[in-house]
Amino acid sequence: MAGQVATGARSGLRSALPLLVPAYLWLTVAIFMPLSAMVFFSFMTELPLSGKAWSFTLDNYATFFAQGLYRTLLLASLKLGLEVTLWCVVIGYPAAYVLAKVFRGRSREAIFLLVILPFWSNGLVRIFSWAMVLREGGILDTALNAVLPFKINIDLMYSYPAVIIGLVHSYVPYMVLTCYLTLQAIDDSLIEAGRSLGASRLQMLKRVIIPLSMPGLVAGAALIFVPVVGSFMEPRILGGRTGTFYGTIIEDQFVAVFNWPLGAALSFILLAVVLVILALASPVLKRAA
Amino acid sequence: MATTRFLEWCGRLYIWLLLAFLYLPVIIMALMSFNVSPFYQLPFEWTTEWYASLWQNDQLISATWNSMEIAIISTIIATVLGSAASLALYRHEFRGKKVLQALLFPPIAIPWLITGTAMLIFFFGVGIGRGLFAILLGHVALALPYVIVVVSARLQTFAPELEEAARSLGANQWQVTSRVTLPWIMPGVIAGGLFAFAVSFDQFVVSYFLSTPGQTTLPVEIYAAIRKGFTPEINAVSTIIIVVSMALMLLTAKFFKFGGEK
Repeated sequence: MAGQVATGARSGLRSALPLLVPAYLWLTVAIFMPLSAMVFFSFMTELPLSGKAWSFTLDNYATFFAQGLYRTLLLASLKLGLEVTLWCVVIGYPAAYVLAKVFRGRSREAIFLLVILPFWSNGLVRIFSWAMVLREGGILDTALNAVLPFKINIDLMYSYPAVIIGLVHSYVPYMVLTCYLTLQAIDDSLIEAGRSLGASRLQMLKRVIIPLSMPGLVAGAALIFVPVVGSFMEPRILGGRTGTFYGTIIEDQFVAVFNWPLGAALSFILLAVVLVILALASPVLKRAA
Repeated sequence: MATTRFLEWCGRLYIWLLLAFLYLPVIIMALMSFNVSPFYQLPFEWTTEWYASLWQNDQLISATWNSMEIAIISTIIATVLGSAASLALYRHEFRGKKVLQALLFPPIAIPWLITGTAMLIFFFGVGIGRGLFAILLGHVALALPYVIVVVSARLQTFAPELEEAARSLGANQWQVTSRVTLPWIMPGVIAGGLFAFAVSFDQFVVSYFLSTPGQTTLPVEIYAAIRKGFTPEINAVSTIIIVVSMALMLLTAKFFKFGGEK
């Protein structure tokens, strides 16, 4: 029996191969080999292609640990990721709850689509659109001065809050999406039962609804935290000179300073951090699946 | 009962506020692209001169063509290869299948900054270098997992008995696939293709690291322009992009329910 299963499994693979190979070969050449090459390059003194002599070294990693700047920037990026994720939970979770439990039928479908639609539109353009709103003499400034009796100057452009606002705007639909999916799976009768047994709204939220929707929260948090830690375009556009983060330093190594081995080492350190975070999130996600 | 009513009302209001937060900046950007003042001064005066001047901007036009070309070609490649792989994963049981499915997540989950710089290093190392071909290689790889996930989701609703029935009626493997399976999964394939187009057309980070001054895509060109300074022309081209990509996703939603109702 076991032998049969084994042969069955093998022949299954053989007939599956022609359909599988093209896609996975492409992924190997364009994703997995580059990632391995990056690890390899991060241990080199020079690019082999530059014509200069090269050798293996740990210097690129030593630079990271020796210079406080890189550690500070990595911490700043992690803090940025945490703040943006928290704001997304605070803003996105209630929205997901209202969508899943208050709206019904066609209006729910339409609004859900409206919420996640921007997420699939161009991220760069959406970040840029905030420049119109946040700068001095921009819409926010003009609108507030028209309403308020006293004169205030709103110039959030090129500041840390501007970066936060732009990133939250970019990623909050993710949180709404993942939380909505777990929240709408909670049976309404469960909530009714709890209520009729005398649980208050707050108790229901704490003991039933939040625990049951935890996988959605964790998935959303991971999906937001990871790209935010690696963000560079958003801080550059909205943060200006205050927008130096770990991602922008990596970008510099590749497009300005041309220290690719150091860039590779910094990228790999970021990848390691990302993998640790995904690994921490995976038990909760597996339980849901 | 009154409290419930009140809370529901607050909830609805909250959703509209969220939608305002999500859409207002984009709407303001679009309005400014029709405003006369190049410094975004109010009061608002209508003009289409910024759109007209786009036609004079050869750099933007050539970048737009590049973007379209790459998006179309990578959509075709990713949809064909991805659908084939989903069929294989659906039909056959074999050891290591779980691993193959798990391998789809790194391209989605790893930040594009890491993937993009890694591609730059590798393509340079093997002699492909930078440019449109490198960008195409990257875009297909980024789009493939989305196609496979979407088509596989559609295949979950397919009854394998249908294939068996067709086979027992004398259809060969090709006929079974083309006349029974493909028509059924077509909505998934189309949705996957639209996803692939969106991934490629909106992709900035990976294109940014793989482009060269002459061979670049629209988002990369826009980023360069933004860093030089804001102009209403960027608003105009950005407005066009946002309209195109939102229309595309509305179209996708027709074929693929994003988790929707059960």
